[in-house]
Amino acid sequence: MSFFLVASIIKIVVVFTVIMVGVALLTLAERRICAWMQDRLGPNRVGPQGLLQPAADGLKNLVKEETLPAQADKALFMLAPAMSFIPALLAFAVIPFAAPLPTPWGDVDMVVANLPVGFLYILAFGSLGVYGIVLAGWSSNNKYSLLGGLRASAQMISYEIAMGMSTVAVLLLMGNVTLTDVIARQARSLFTWNVFPLSLAYFIFIVAAFAETNRLPFDLPEAEGELIAGYHTEYSAMKFSMFYIAEYANMVTASALMTTLFFGGWDIPFTSWDNTPPWTTLKTLATLAMFTAKVICFLFLYIWVRWTLPRFRYDQLMALGWKVMLPLALTYLTVIATAIWFLHDALGWTYDTRFALALFALNLLLAMPLFFVLDRGRIVAGSVAEA
Amino acid sequence: MAIGVKVMKRPGARVSYVRATLQGMALTLQHLFRPKVTMQYPEEKSSRDWALSPRWRGTHRMLTDEQGRAKCVACGLCPQICPANCIKLVPGEDEEGNRYPLIYEIDEFRCVFCGYCQEVCPEEAIHVGVHYENSEFSRDRFVYDLERLCAQTHPVSTLWDPSDPKGE
Repeated sequence: MSFFLVASIIKIVVVFTVIMVGVALLTLAERRICAWMQDRLGPNRVGPQGLLQPAADGLKNLVKEETLPAQADKALFMLAPAMSFIPALLAFAVIPFAAPLPTPWGDVDMVVANLPVGFLYILAFGSLGVYGIVLAGWSSNNKYSLLGGLRASAQMISYEIAMGMSTVAVLLLMGNVTLTDVIARQARSLFTWNVFPLSLAYFIFIVAAFAETNRLPFDLPEAEGELIAGYHTEYSAMKFSMFYIAEYANMVTASALMTTLFFGGWDIPFTSWDNTPPWTTLKTLATLAMFTAKVICFLFLYIWVRWTLPRFRYDQLMALGWKVMLPLALTYLTVIATAIWFLHDALGWTYDTRFALALFALNLLLAMPLFFVLDRGRIVAGSVAEA
Repeated sequence: MAIGVKVMKRPGARVSYVRATLQGMALTLQHLFRPKVTMQYPEEKSSRDWALSPRWRGTHRMLTDEQGRAKCVACGLCPQICPANCIKLVPGEDEEGNRYPLIYEIDEFRCVFCGYCQEVCPEEAIHVGVHYENSEFSRDRFVYDLERLCAQTHPVSTLWDPSDPKGE
């Protein structure tokens, strides 16, 4: 028991530190990658290749003046940054990031809290994040902030449904919501990574994840052109910084979640050496590196998409969420449930590579008409229905 | 519809979202690896693609003769033509009858860098310079006196030549 406590505390401290440092480096990566995409160099003055830039930014934010609007609801105004910051960090607690580490006192799971309801916990805390944004928008007593907060709530609720529906497909196939089990079931071969049998669910999930983290092309809550930064207009110094950290922490969590649910978590492809006992320190380190690499790929995708795509108009965003993503997720869920029933119960296949490949073929068949319709479709139509 | 928003009909057959998105992503990815155009200013002040124009009109420089004296003969043409009235000139005369400036000051804050002083100067003494790094810690340091003008070493402007308008 005491060993469990000590191990948990160490894991909490380490994971918290790594995420905070990672978020700091991610802000730098965002600025440098965006600069490179625009044929510029980006911040490279503070420290080698600008690596100390986040430290300089952090220091600046600490010593800047904290402003408090005269008409603001002071208690909520102070509370809001914490309300968006804390859920963003909490969500990472259930994500397994490496193979178990052997110690003289027994194996330690490389996850802060191996909750049986792991995945539901993430969805729950993901939804909590919206409170921070809405409260920030409301308590600022500023119409732009309020609009940003309202947009955030509407957007996050709309896309949460599509996100939840897309992950139901994962849960159907995995038969479990514990993330360690989800990884274990994906680890059998490369093709049992959920991205293959459930490609379209992954597509829906990634679109919804961009919307959930308020990143372009779905960054309407903070649309700087229309809402002068939306819900954090009135914030300065460290309170602003906390929203900033929350946004990037959400990106890290969403990337880790995509890795875990669809890309086999810490599983190293093409080998079963990493996911079979006896556990060794080397296996832990190798799987940790694999997990980090996968997460970094998704983070890069986030940045890449942000600096490529323009922002949706608000009604287009809602139309995409309710008229495309939700029916698509529901239909897909029906199809995939039928397919799993057919393969598992009617044909009597057990879950293995053959099963996954059959589902992958089905996904490819479904993807072709879907992408044709999406490509030609009139999702981004004019703002008024044509008479 | 309360307000008359004109909605353009989009040609459905030529519309593309998924392909356009992928094309855009491919483009940004290419740019990620392209050579960068940024000049790292304090270390790098000109590059193959960019250098300060020889016609640049910056802070002034007074040229000197072989004995190190200012070439200025205090004829008074430059304060006369100066549209910003930034040149202060008090002429003096030595025992041989040669005119020289007792006081020659240029207020670089008033100056509009038109370059007329250089054009009008019969002795080719006062010049505007190809120079732009002028920071000082106090405002009064921006009134350049004769000694300071003579001590400048930066290249001088070639100005615009009407007979060779493109600088060839």
